[in-house]
Amino acid sequence: MKLQIKALSTDFLIIGGGTAGCYAALTFAEVSGREVLIAEKANIKRSGCLAAGVNAINAYIVPGKTPKDYVDYARKDAEGIVRDDLLRTMAEGLNRTVAKLERLGLTILKDEQGQYVTRGSRNIKINGENIKPILAGAVADQPQITVLNRINVFEYIVKDGRIQGAYAIGVDEPVLYVISAKAILCATGGAAGLYKPNHPGFSRHKMWYPPFNTGAGYAMGIRAGAEMTTFEMRFIALRCKDTIAPTGTLAQGVGAKQINGLGEVYEQKYGITTSQRVHGTVMENLEGRGPCYLRTVGITKEQDEDLQKAYLNMAPSQTLKWLERGQTPRVQNVEIEGTEPYIVGGHTASGYWVDVNRETTIRGLFAAGDVAGGCPQKYVTGAFAEGEIAAKAAVRYMNDKTVMLNMSEAEEKKRWLEGFLDSSEVQHSTDELEETMQAVMDKDAGGIGSHYRFSEESLSIADDKIRKLERQSDFLFASGMQELVYILELRERLTLCRSVIAHLAARKETRWHSFAEHIDYQESSAEWELYVNSRLENGKLNMIFRPLVQEGEKYEH
Amino acid sequence: MSIEISQDVCIGCGQCAKSCPGTLIQLDDKGKACISRIERCWGCASCVKECPVQAIAMFLGEDMGGLGGKLTVGRENTLLHWIITKPDGDTQILTVDSRDPNKY
Repeated sequence: MKLQIKALSTDFLIIGGGTAGCYAALTFAEVSGREVLIAEKANIKRSGCLAAGVNAINAYIVPGKTPKDYVDYARKDAEGIVRDDLLRTMAEGLNRTVAKLERLGLTILKDEQGQYVTRGSRNIKINGENIKPILAGAVADQPQITVLNRINVFEYIVKDGRIQGAYAIGVDEPVLYVISAKAILCATGGAAGLYKPNHPGFSRHKMWYPPFNTGAGYAMGIRAGAEMTTFEMRFIALRCKDTIAPTGTLAQGVGAKQINGLGEVYEQKYGITTSQRVHGTVMENLEGRGPCYLRTVGITKEQDEDLQKAYLNMAPSQTLKWLERGQTPRVQNVEIEGTEPYIVGGHTASGYWVDVNRETTIRGLFAAGDVAGGCPQKYVTGAFAEGEIAAKAAVRYMNDKTVMLNMSEAEEKKRWLEGFLDSSEVQHSTDELEETMQAVMDKDAGGIGSHYRFSEESLSIADDKIRKLERQSDFLFASGMQELVYILELRERLTLCRSVIAHLAARKETRWHSFAEHIDYQESSAEWELYVNSRLENGKLNMIFRPLVQEGEKYEH
Repeated sequence: MSIEISQDVCIGCGQCAKSCPGTLIQLDDKGKACISRIERCWGCASCVKECPVQAIAMFLGEDMGGLGGKLTVGRENTLLHWIITKPDGDTQILTVDSRDPNKY
């Protein structure tokens, strides 16, 4: 199969039409008369994290609280390894984005005085089943925005430290797109599928995070030599067993406590940050007091029915499970388990090392949402706020920029891709290598099977094995474009695995239980109150240690 | 986690293919929807909700404790009628209005 080269040109290229990407496109079109192009792997109507819907807005400054309160909460949850400047600018934008979504048609619960009804101290109640179609509809109504669905961006074009454009392939059509752009926003989301999942068989994709988010944005940044941060702060979610549905709705909505198999409430014993909740569950199981549950037995009939409906709006598999068994939460406690680790900068601080404009260390390349580091606890509204900040900064950046692409490099890229489509010497399938990668990460880099623990020795073994898989991934065969996308995705995951392993090895302490449980260094230490960053230079991943950006300070590249 | 598509019921409108976040659904030679790699399904139910004729049902894989129940959705303006067919054949309908916020 041969690829056809198509050249495209735009002012602002947004890679990924999910939460951050769509919001950034809307902002860009409002503040600038220029063109914006969204390149989306699937179709923006339901793509990304919001596909199934969301149950609540989890990042909102409720009456009586300030953005600083939000920053303090996020800093504490991350044990201090956050960027104060990024959290502050994000938190200040949260409520503005909610007002905009309400104008676009999002249903938000209000009291008799017209005030939003809060859930806990940072949340408001919505009906979020259709939040993505609402967002995608607003994008479609905006004539300055062009959306190219079903194209997969896989590499940046960078010259003299400045972004020039990106390469993409069609998911259906045999086309190599060469896109030139004055500025680019990376909004590809984080990475699932690095580790062996809870259900490695038929239901392997029934996971917390979209399995289609493969870490493309991280991998492209790593390969282009961008500085990246805090990959060692993995994210593990505490979820309903089997369905991997959210637990926050049970914990916060009806006040369900975490109990062990003996019926004892154990959450106070370990602490209530996200990583401590996961760690407590692991420990209760390891010490023979499992399985663990959220105690829902005894809730009212009305609560029971409301919960069934609430889950339909975000995780319908949970409602299906309750009803097909005839065991709703009122009569049966909900069993919980930890997921496999993910890399996701919307919850932890992993991702691109950016300045307050969300510009990366590659000039003109911006990052927002799950790919942008230093700023955890973003949730949906934080990703919107970052998209807004990045889009406004991109408008300021792109004045007078012109871009001329070298098409001979595109020819080279085309021949490389065609190699996979024409390959005759094939030893392994893409799925086989993916499964092997997940097994390596599970066993040697702290997955579910090793109770999230790793050692210097196991990480060194993992690194060797991942390098070998990288070499094997040069010799894969794709029978068509979708299969070629799967090869590129596997290679993205392998690139990211290398960086995750290097970061886990570099932080010689255990700052976050389960997220980074280093059995050679089981305590946290004040000397590790710093950022662990990395940059790929001449094929070598160099670690960079930076002092924390303190409260009130602002980092600049 | 996965879905099954009833090609007898499918009208070939392609809404499911447009809504799949994993580009897993296509229209085949007969113009009917089909899913290429069912083990890659995330279980988000986007296609189930977008299908205008209830040709797509979601089920839980046996490896995650599924018992054979099915979930389809009938859409009526802002109302979503979630139809759960239990393993014994009984059905139960839960209706959610997208204008009603979640209570939790």
